[in-house]
Amino acid sequence: MGNEIKLKTPLSDEDIEKLKIGDKVLLSGIIYTGRDAAHKRLYALLKTGKPLPINIKGAVIYYVGPAPAKPDYVIGSAGPTTSYRMDPFTPFMHEKGLKATIGKGNRNKDVRESLQKYKGVYLAATGGVAALIAKSIKSAKIIAYEDLGAEAIRELVVEDFPCTVANDCRGGDLFEQGIKEFKI
Amino acid sequence: MREVNTKEIVDVVARLCMDANYNLPEDVLDTIKKAKEKEDSPTGKAILDEIIENNRIAREEKLAICQDTGFALFFVELGQDVHIIDGNFQDAINEGVKKGYQDGYLRKSIVNDPVLLRVNTKDNTPAIIYTDIVPGDKLKIIFCPKGGGAENMAEVQMLTAAHGIEGVKKFVVERVRKSGGNPCPPVVVGVGIGGTFERCAMLAKQALLREPLGAPNPDPKFAEVEQELLEEINKLGIGPMGLGGRTTALAVHIETYPCHIATMPVAVNLNCHVARHKSAVI
Ligand code: SF4
Repeated sequence: MGNEIKLKTPLSDEDIEKLKIGDKVLLSGIIYTGRDAAHKRLYALLKTGKPLPINIKGAVIYYVGPAPAKPDYVIGSAGPTTSYRMDPFTPFMHEKGLKATIGKGNRNKDVRESLQKYKGVYLAATGGVAALIAKSIKSAKIIAYEDLGAEAIRELVVEDFPCTVANDCRGGDLFEQGIKEFKI
Repeated sequence: MREVNTKEIVDVVARLCMDANYNLPEDVLDTIKKAKEKEDSPTGKAILDEIIENNRIAREEKLAICQDTGFALFFVELGQDVHIIDGNFQDAINEGVKKGYQDGYLRKSIVNDPVLLRVNTKDNTPAIIYTDIVPGDKLKIIFCPKGGGAENMAEVQMLTAAHGIEGVKKFVVERVRKSGGNPCPPVVVGVGIGGTFERCAMLAKQALLREPLGAPNPDPKFAEVEQELLEEINKLGIGPMGLGGRTTALAVHIETYPCHIATMPVAVNLNCHVARHKSAVI
């Protein structure tokens, strides 16, 4: 395993440069949620040059559709969803200033190249540990696309959100390297 | 003839929805704990620890283990001497799903039309219900919430006799390899062999429900194939969440059915480490 690094959003190029695959990241600050349906809408806005409901410069997007919050909870269980479904949208979003995405599973070549080109990272969170991850989310509010229910865009304030650098800005790929190391 | 009231079905189904989504079956949790002891990858070990801790929190606080609380799948064994009264059986199941997902703070993940509109139905219905008529006067309901991530990695191949058991093994291992971290490994691998196109898919799904996890196929020949496949899969190096390690699969379950002389269909259906299912008998 790599180093343990604490990061605060929004992220800068310098933040990104110090990360390498395998590093454990504890992320704090504001992050945005978004998955399939929200990405479709964000992408359409970006393509036509219209303003986005989020500030994308230095932003972190977490691919998640949380469960509803029980009374006295700020959010329900909230683990990552599979990232490859967002691959078609991600490079263009990095071009526009997005710095990191959080999800599960590997990314395609276009996304990995865009991380190098625009200095970004892909962070892997553990799928299916959604009650545990929700403990690091301190507040949640819907800021766009309420009609999408679980898929609406939420602004989350997180504290020490646990994730691992899976793709860094130098072309490193933890999925590839991890499998190589343990394949028999 | 024994009467079963739909009101009872609604309540039982609602309870099953919550129970299955909060409480991972003990046998699955035990298998994960044992796998952790044998995991060589520090990242993999840390992930398995997170999984164990997450299950503790979900159980204690009655929270969904995973935010994806799945498509509501039901396998029903309806005794032929049961008479369902006071309403329609399928409506009762859907009513129970609605209630369970609402009262249990579970995510609603179903869209009304799969391609064009994709508008959320907001109550996680309709459920998918498979019913078998069996002897007796009992009604058994098995509930299995199936998440989208693992389901997306399923495949059916219409192999033929010439492919033999080696062809089956190759297909299964390749399917798991190609899935990588997407189905949230460590996975349970359900394999259906035989029947027809749709029947083998159904067998693969039912294979995921076998209890306890890792119990061998009653036919020693297939039990041996299960063991061999598990070993091969755990040599792939995919590991927990695909980040490298020894624990890629927790178990391989094969279910078979006779088939046509010209065919040998094979299906693979994966379950994530949140291998949920609960049952009740009325
Ligand atoms: S594959 Fe399973 S553990 Fe992973 S997100 Fe889906 S339901 Fe949750």
